[in-house]
Amino acid sequence: MPGFRLRLGGISKAFGATRALSSVSLEVQAGEVHALVGENGAGKSTLLKILSGAHEPDSGTMELDGEPYRPDGPHDARERGVAMIYQEVTLAPHLSVQENILLGSESSRLGWINSRRSRERAMEALAVLGYDHLPLDRETSAFTIAEQQVIEIARALLLKPRVLIMDEPTSSLTKADTERLFEVIGRLRGQGVSIIYVSHFLEEFQRVCDRYTVLKDGETVGTGAMPGTTIDHLVSQMTGREVSDLYPRVARGLGEPVLEALGLGRAPRLRPTSFALRNGEILGLAGIIGAGRTDLVRAVFGLDRADAGQVAVFGRPDPHPSAGRSWAQGVGFLSENRKEEGLMLNLSVRDNMTLTKLGSYGTLGWIGHRRQSAAASRWTAELAVKCTGAGQPVGELSGGNQQKVALARLLEHPARILLLDEPTRGIDVGSKSQIYEIIGRLAAAGKSVILVSSYLPELLGLCDTIGVMHRGELVAVRPCGEWTEPELLRFAVGKE
Amino acid sequence: MTKLLRAIVKKGGPFIGLILVIAIFSAPAETRGYFLTYHNFKIILTQSVIVSVGALGMTLIIVSGAIDLSVGSVVALTGVASALLIQHGWGAVATTAAAVAIGAAIGLVNGTAVAGLRMPSFIITLGMLGIARGTAKWLADNQTVSYDASPINSWMTTLNPAGRALPAGVWVAVALAALTSLILKKTVFGRHVFALGSNEAAARLCGVPTVRLQIMVFALAGCFFGLSGLFQLSRLRLGDPTVAVGLELDIIAAVIIGGASLNGGSGTVLGSIIGALIMAVLRNGSQQMGWPNYFQEIIIGVVIIAAVFLDRFRRGGRS
Repeated sequence: MPGFRLRLGGISKAFGATRALSSVSLEVQAGEVHALVGENGAGKSTLLKILSGAHEPDSGTMELDGEPYRPDGPHDARERGVAMIYQEVTLAPHLSVQENILLGSESSRLGWINSRRSRERAMEALAVLGYDHLPLDRETSAFTIAEQQVIEIARALLLKPRVLIMDEPTSSLTKADTERLFEVIGRLRGQGVSIIYVSHFLEEFQRVCDRYTVLKDGETVGTGAMPGTTIDHLVSQMTGREVSDLYPRVARGLGEPVLEALGLGRAPRLRPTSFALRNGEILGLAGIIGAGRTDLVRAVFGLDRADAGQVAVFGRPDPHPSAGRSWAQGVGFLSENRKEEGLMLNLSVRDNMTLTKLGSYGTLGWIGHRRQSAAASRWTAELAVKCTGAGQPVGELSGGNQQKVALARLLEHPARILLLDEPTRGIDVGSKSQIYEIIGRLAAAGKSVILVSSYLPELLGLCDTIGVMHRGELVAVRPCGEWTEPELLRFAVGKE
Repeated sequence: MTKLLRAIVKKGGPFIGLILVIAIFSAPAETRGYFLTYHNFKIILTQSVIVSVGALGMTLIIVSGAIDLSVGSVVALTGVASALLIQHGWGAVATTAAAVAIGAAIGLVNGTAVAGLRMPSFIITLGMLGIARGTAKWLADNQTVSYDASPINSWMTTLNPAGRALPAGVWVAVALAALTSLILKKTVFGRHVFALGSNEAAARLCGVPTVRLQIMVFALAGCFFGLSGLFQLSRLRLGDPTVAVGLELDIIAAVIIGGASLNGGSGTVLGSIIGALIMAVLRNGSQQMGWPNYFQEIIIGVVIIAAVFLDRFRRGGRS
């Protein structure tokens, strides 16, 4: 048995009265991909921060290749060979690929950058990842999120890391891009780099990880070899309860069409598209990023102006819907981009939940504060939103709770037709299953839902009907039972 | 310790700053006798009216996530135009209505250009700064515009030291501040302004008519700026096209000292008014201490930076 690359024992850390970690152990071998599993609040972030040098543990031992490891800040951790790839891309968008890769460790003499040497080093790092075809001089903002992530990994590789921590690397990647990332991970493993892998997508662990460690409430509750371990087993360790089925299946009949798109198009990303959404139906939209799913729901809702076709809501045709009219007709929209478009982060939970119908809490343009607060408090209680009160700025909440607030807006309105774009992106398992439950309940109550998701098990678990989009076209719409995951994937990548 | 301090600063905010500057100028022997008198406070309040009323409009604009650099020029233009109207025999009410309308019209142009053409407000109002100033000089034929007498002249007077009554301008400012505060806090319009400034895309998604709203904000703020111009006229008793250069910076400073963020989405009327008062007290106190003008400017500069630093501290973090 080879020695451990990284060995943590008895790590504890408290913030004031809150114990974030108590006696956590973690052992990672050389050239191993190790899954760090746990719900939000289980202590993963704290552990990662300790590993990457951002926090100091209160007690416990850390060893890197048998030597004591006590990083003195993130920079020191990187120098010693522990690098971290963050969930959000941290590149400077206006700098070139090469400049970003070398940022902070430029090859220079007396402050002048040695451009030939820089090129070589950047190219070398990209070659390790199999991405040496990326043009080094192009601005990074021109690349997809997946490519930007590769650029970030290349930057981390420059310092020859022994341990690479990846925090939610696939949260904004499509299935195809995820596969490519797995290839990159495979190459790194081949080079003997140890990888600590954190993800909300439990299926990914089985694809890519060798062993796992489960954290719950700041303690290590399980560790073992990944092959042979089922997802259900992981989930039950994470949550401490048996989870037989994440996806609620509520028996329901589908009614009349409530929303129809008739040749709706917006060049060049959305070709003229038609579909009908029925009463009580959950219609899933699958496809890779850029396939036009978001463009379709945005055009339906009226956030982007369609240049062809029309939308009919409850039988009333409208060639140019607007967000205001859509809400008035009972159509609600949940953005895939919670922070940039979904929420007003420095406004209160209350205002975020009620913004679409402020006038209705009072008269003549005045807001009835008490009624508005009561409405917001009801939803924070019903959806178990963790906050200090309805007046707390929504930016202070965790991702899962923020998403519940964004969804509560549609429930409070109340929307009869819900357009949900990636409603579970980047949130913890607990919040996810809660959102699945809400969606199921809404459909059972006769509401209609369009669910855009890049996560196929979610679509297959929840939807009545799934449509696949490819290059701006809705290429196939079938009842859920007639789809399988490989089949969906085949259509999504256009290999019919 | 920092926790306690943070709690104190959080509750009191800019108000503590105001008490602090008053305390500072009450202590020294040079000013002790006069500074804390009613008459001096009457002067301070009257001196702060122009910036205060402007700050009401600017609060709306800054909360909505925009900025207006043309205020000083608009004040000069409305002052000149009002003086010309009085020359032509217009009464106080008609002149006031005209001044407010001119301010609103300029705001409408600014707002339409910002929201309709999707141009940065910084650029548009920087352009308007030149346009309005030039127009004021053109209208006035590059001279001051004098007139015989008008009831408007009495709105800002601090003469007759025996009189206890505050001039009309102060009361107008107080009433408008209360009204603006209510609008921002209690109405749908006000919440929408916060939403627009906090996250325009999210506001649009929620069906807020963002373009119309931005235009309304600029137009409403323009009304306040027009009124500020009228108060400026009342103080000078003549229309001067070169007056109020840089006034917009004082007004923006008042709003920022009051705790608003230039990123939009936060700010209060009370804070902005206190910000205006802090600056008025600083000016008044410095004069009484016999400090030269340049020293006042340095102090105010330091106060602006300190206020924003404290605000960061109050919000509890660097982010």
